Amino acid sequence: MSTGWATVAAVGVGTVLLKAVGPVGVAERRLPAALDALLGSIAPAILAALVVTETFASGRHFVVDARLAGVGAGVLLVLARAPFWLVVLCGALATAAVRALQ
Amino acid sequence: MRRGIRLALPLLPAAAALGASFGVLARAAHVDALAAVVMSATTFAGSSQVAAVSVLGAGGGVAAAVAAALLLNARYAPIGISVSRSFRGSVARRFAQAQLVVDESWALSRGDLPVLLGVGATLWVAWVGGTAVGALAGQAIGDTSAFGLDGAFAALFVALLATQLGSRRHVRVAVLGAAIAAVLIPLTPPGVPIVAATAAVLLGRRP
Repeated sequence: MSTGWATVAAVGVGTVLLKAVGPVGVAERRLPAALDALLGSIAPAILAALVVTETFASGRHFVVDARLAGVGAGVLLVLARAPFWLVVLCGALATAAVRALQ
Repeated sequence: MRRGIRLALPLLPAAAALGASFGVLARAAHVDALAAVVMSATTFAGSSQVAAVSVLGAGGGVAAAVAAALLLNARYAPIGISVSRSFRGSVARRFAQAQLVVDESWALSRGDLPVLLGVGATLWVAWVGGTAVGALAGQAIGDTSAFGLDGAFAALFVALLATQLGSRRHVRVAVLGAAIAAVLIPLTPPGVPIVAATAAVLLGRRP
């Protein structure tokens, strides 16, 4: 098996299982109330972390580059209550524009 | 489900374009076109796929590529647990439906299963289709980083985060989560900062 196919197989199996942990492993079992309350606020924690890593992470380096312009445009449009598609489009345009100028 | 498809439509061009850039990247790393498409269809988690083929492209081994990808996808354990009660039916059905959980479908659905499945299925089609185009057309597409897709996804996560900031507690959790991720980026392998940021739900708790 080539390295490509071996990687595809191993990552595929691992990811499929990780995605099944909640829906299949935990299913409708009632979790302790305290844990339930914590899980309710996991979305803002993970999404905030994704904003930071997608903006500043490059491997294990913290870098400031054209992506910050895309995020800046995104923040302004979100504050202006723009629809998702406009946020995504302007995020790409702002990033591409700054990258082209560099 | 139809609402989910409608919610996902605006994200389709970006998902397809990112899929295409993954396809190009995979071919550049000497991964078969078919293997790239199979990966998009089964793994269906963009950042981890890009990470895996980047490691291979840089001359890394299978173990390093797999570790990088699975660390990035470790967040799907807590994400899946947070929506586990929305899923119904047999184990096989849950198992299949769980594969449509991606960051976007999870965040847009807010626990509504038909919306999650609609968003997930729509993005899956765009992602797999985009990968096929990128893997086959390859070089003809050119340097996809010029399109600013990475910035587009960062902006999308800002928009998704904004929908979650309804309470002061959630704002505190988000600020802490962002801070944890920022501090850990240079200290840990990619993926770990995102999983570690879930600790913010503990720290952000205050009576």
